[in-house]
Amino acid sequence: MKVLLNGEPFATEAHTLDELCSSLGFAKARIATAVNGSFIPASNRSATQLAPSDEIEIVAPRQGG
Amino acid sequence: MLTLYGKNFTSRLLLGTAQYPSPEDLKHAVEASAAEIVTVSLRRESARARTGQGFWALIEELGCRVLPNTAGCHTAKEAVATAEMARELFGASWIKLEVIANDDTLQPDLFGLVEAAHVLSADGFEVLPYTTEDLSVAERLVAAGCNVLMPWAAPIGSARGLINKDALKTLRAYFPDIPLIIDAGIGAPSHAAEAMEMGYDAVLLNTAVAKAGDPAKMAEAFAKAIEAGRLAFEARLIEPRDMAAPSTPVAGTPFFKIDHVS
Repeated sequence: MKVLLNGEPFATEAHTLDELCSSLGFAKARIATAVNGSFIPASNRSATQLAPSDEIEIVAPRQGG
Repeated sequence: MLTLYGKNFTSRLLLGTAQYPSPEDLKHAVEASAAEIVTVSLRRESARARTGQGFWALIEELGCRVLPNTAGCHTAKEAVATAEMARELFGASWIKLEVIANDDTLQPDLFGLVEAAHVLSADGFEVLPYTTEDLSVAERLVAAGCNVLMPWAAPIGSARGLINKDALKTLRAYFPDIPLIIDAGIGAPSHAAEAMEMGYDAVLLNTAVAKAGDPAKMAEAFAKAIEAGRLAFEARLIEPRDMAAPSTPVAGTPFFKIDHVS
């Protein structure tokens, strides 16, 4: 299925947000997630089913002012 | 002592972590500034580069309290979602709330800001809103639940100092009990000292240190200016006056002749 991952088209076999994060090597990483503009807590990632064209954000800490 | 949402701090300088020539420069600047609070952002994490993971390790080394921002958000919804992600990542519920109206001026979208402040405060966040010097907006932010206000001095990164001193003085006088932090637009330590002399509680800056020729030295200069400004405020400044007033005693001046007096 094709989703939009961090603003870019991305093909994935993952069915849930948790599977997607693991497939990207983020299982133990310091990340936070949102789907279609709404925050998804880490505890809800495995229950969050992905659908084609979902807009997924995976973020991490970065330099800021 | 600076108190923000029940937490006490000795330093009145909050330092941003962006734009330093190198991670080492950032580390040295934070050390030289003696800042206890550093600001960070959230950005998209690439599976290949994993930049944020390395940055997190660096931040942990600094040993400062981390204040995440919602920089770059243009709507209340984006800012709220970003704040929620930050709360989970950092395990803390305080947020430097930014909702940006315009990319050229980076001025706050005051309508979106108040809306997001309402939502986040109701959800248990400790909101530190990046706002303008506008008093009516400040009142709405406080009514929304904000216990700290962070008015700009000038547009972000502009280094122009306090461009609306009258309104900043009004804001200070109107909210004697709300911690007020000057956030953005500071270019020189003298700007920061002036804000502190006016009774502002703290200064948040980034570009003026990060882009200085020697960031660590500039961080130290800002720390000293902010401390000096605070001391001056506590010591109470004299009032300016139009005419000269001799500081040296007039009585007993040598060669004094009465006809000098008209």
